[in-house]
Amino acid sequence: MHEMGIATSVLDAARNEAAKRLGSRVLKVGLRIGEWSGVDPESLRFCFEVLANGDGAPPPELEIEFLKRQNRCPICGNVFALESFQIECPRCGGAVTEPVSGDELELAFVELEEP
Amino acid sequence: MTRVDVKQKVLSENDRLAGTLREKLAENGVYCPNFISSPGAGKTLLLERTLERMPRDARLAVLTGDIQTDNDAKRLARYGFPVRQISTGGSCHLDARMVERALGEWTIASLDYLFIENVGNLVCPASYDLGENDKIVILSVTEGEDKPLKYPATFARAGLVIINKIDLLPYVSFDLEQAKENVRKVHPSAEILEVSSSTGDGLTDWLAWLDTKHKSCQARRMDFATG
Repeated sequence: MHEMGIATSVLDAARNEAAKRLGSRVLKVGLRIGEWSGVDPESLRFCFEVLANGDGAPPPELEIEFLKRQNRCPICGNVFALESFQIECPRCGGAVTEPVSGDELELAFVELEEP
Repeated sequence: MTRVDVKQKVLSENDRLAGTLREKLAENGVYCPNFISSPGAGKTLLLERTLERMPRDARLAVLTGDIQTDNDAKRLARYGFPVRQISTGGSCHLDARMVERALGEWTIASLDYLFIENVGNLVCPASYDLGENDKIVILSVTEGEDKPLKYPATFARAGLVIINKIDLLPYVSFDLEQAKENVRKVHPSAEILEVSSSTGDGLTDWLAWLDTKHKSCQARRMDFATG
């Protein structure tokens, strides 16, 4: 629902990077989106394309790395993807495991074409 | 072609503003809860019952967000405390800038509590830090007990989950134990309170919870003051 706002922030941040290098243009934007970030990647991609097409220049490509919700078991060190909200460690049965990924909403990289 | 590793949060500007507000609140020992729920779960009525039970001279203020209308602000203003409506004009959540603007000339130092009622929505508010101490997520028994599983991002970030409208339990098919189990699936250490704003059940526990939180903010402020 709020993907338009997120897409605006992504484009602004990418263009800020381009603005630091005079005359450069954004070719590609890399995002990392977690399963529990509250953001739908496909909806975000749609909004991004709508916004990026607005200024006449060829729109940048959007690369999204989708990260599953993963927990780590402090007893045996096992890192596992959560299936059906089962937080118990599937290897040793440890009951208390801690989230290590899945909350991300990050601008990972920007690829720029420089003059 | 040059690749620049940015590695920053997409909402870093929002987070920066939220961080500034959080610091100001902490320095002044203010407790700030951010109320999140689906529309109609009872955020406003719970706030009304809370304001009603606060001492007349309590140092508190309320910000309430909605897409349109100032109906909630009118309801909340009846209790004599300063209330401001944030009309988001279409946006489905509050962000830190809206909160900063709405605070305006209010002096944080003159407060013990700053209540923020978010826009009714279980998705987007989870992504936007407002500088609050806790996100308080309200789930009412007229909803499905699987809401925590459908909206894990919100419930996983909750400092407290309030199950509201428990007076209606005899009339609906809501499975209370299952609901609590679902909350714990997405947030194993979640604190849960059961409340009915209509009958007043559970409000004593809720007010005690608030008081404890406020006292710990005050204690931390003392730490600030003494360095």
